[in-house]
Amino acid sequence: MTQITRDDVLHLAQLSSLALGDDEIDGLRTDIENILGYVEQLSQLDTSGVEPTYQVTDLENVWRTDTIDDYGINRDDLIALAPESKDGQIKVPKVL
Amino acid sequence: MSTISDFLNKNARQSVQDAIAKAKDNDSYHALLSLTEERALERADAVDRGEITGKLAGVPFVVKDNFLAYGAPTTAASTMLETFNAPLQATAVERLEAEGAICIGKANLDAFAHGGSTENSAFGPTKNAVDPTRVAGGSSGGSAVVTALDIVPFALGSDTGGSIRQPASFNGVVGVKPTYGTVSRYGVVAMASSTDTIGTFATTVTDAELVMSIMAGQDPKDMTTLPDFFTATTDALVGLKIGLVKECMTDDVDVEVRARTNEYVEKLKSAGHKVEEVSLSMLPHSLAMYYVIVPAELSSNLARYDGIRYGHRAQGVQTLAELYGKSRDEGFVTENKRRIMIGSYVLSSGFFDAYYLQAQKARTLLINEFNTLFSHYDVLISPVAPTPAFLLGENTSDPIKMYLADMMTVPASLAGIPALSVPAGTNGAGLPIGVQLMGARRSDATLFALARSMEAK
Repeated sequence: MTQITRDDVLHLAQLSSLALGDDEIDGLRTDIENILGYVEQLSQLDTSGVEPTYQVTDLENVWRTDTIDDYGINRDDLIALAPESKDGQIKVPKVL
Repeated sequence: MSTISDFLNKNARQSVQDAIAKAKDNDSYHALLSLTEERALERADAVDRGEITGKLAGVPFVVKDNFLAYGAPTTAASTMLETFNAPLQATAVERLEAEGAICIGKANLDAFAHGGSTENSAFGPTKNAVDPTRVAGGSSGGSAVVTALDIVPFALGSDTGGSIRQPASFNGVVGVKPTYGTVSRYGVVAMASSTDTIGTFATTVTDAELVMSIMAGQDPKDMTTLPDFFTATTDALVGLKIGLVKECMTDDVDVEVRARTNEYVEKLKSAGHKVEEVSLSMLPHSLAMYYVIVPAELSSNLARYDGIRYGHRAQGVQTLAELYGKSRDEGFVTENKRRIMIGSYVLSSGFFDAYYLQAQKARTLLINEFNTLFSHYDVLISPVAPTPAFLLGENTSDPIKMYLADMMTVPASLAGIPALSVPAGTNGAGLPIGVQLMGARRSDATLFALARSMEAK
């Protein structure tokens, strides 16, 4: 069965952009190990020559005309949703 | 319990005031996160003045709080979106409003619809409508409870793996998960894009079908919606071939759940239908597929919550990476994090083929098996869940035990087929038990007709 270490949890948290608190790491380690242990049963299934299913719409190539649509939403309303903004721009911490 | 027709041609302001008063009286169930009283009363007055007309004119309803709707924040029961005021409305809500329906409030759910009991809400659990020491089911627990408490005649939910059907069963109301693609998902907080569907709770099959017929149809804002196929039927069905899924009737399943299911089967036979036991051998593996595919998809969908454009932003951070990490840590509940991290694991290089690809191949085997069954049978029947509503707190320490409550509902989600949850009596303690009717893709109308014909029996 897949063993998940504390370091694995921290790596997954980093991949997931989650700054986990120390108090959550051990619990998540156990849970993730148990869940991966449960889903490992899929390896018993013979899927040789089977195509994967990625969607179940049975639709393909749904086209639309290439026109601009603002969906009835204006820019100011969207900017207003940002936690911090200034002069119609969204503020973020420095990137570099 | 009241039905939609009880509200037609009545004073809409009175209906809305009554519903809101009843919601406030039942506050202890914690089924609603917010009321949209001001906007609801404005719309009610417009109905009473004859300015708004339609098939649902003046009928109050509730939406699960992952539907973008005006009048109150759309929180998805998370601190991430606690103050998010939607700049648009979900297509499903718009279509109901266009027929005169009036949204009076927004229902509790597991945060971001991750869960099967509504205990993962960042704002506290919803209590079962019949026994408040038990769970409402989930993730659409609040919507099920407001319907079962007769606060409104219908309430919207979303169903990704059983999130409408299981709480419908736990609270004794009708729950609909339509064919994948029936109802637009535009304006509904995304979870797992290949299985997310929009449906409803109602007190009768007829009402559920009416609501679905109004919401259904192609939407240019959701390219996965199917060309219109949904037409409500009134034809009585005779002599259907129905398969009882034997993998859902094992000794592991609560004895009274099996007994109520068998009684429903007997009634189907008395009504002239032919019922045989069938095998869906992939069913025992479905939950494993689901808990690979769905975390993979939701980990991608929830990447958008970064604390930048909307939603919770952590304070006191220096760098962009810290902003992302802390905002997400503070804005998500533990179950959200658990699923996101499982998703990151199964999609990561080195594990992708063994987990994600293998699960999607297994999904093909499941769909093939359904297709074979539906070439011989019109409808499949099973219980909705292995047990009636469990106690609050009973499964919270063990995620796998919680996930097992979805065992019978996830196959229809993975295959994109329609499934109804209909009341089938109670256990000795009075707890509701539901049965599930499943059909081939686009056979929603057959399921409604069958369920309606059985309702009076």
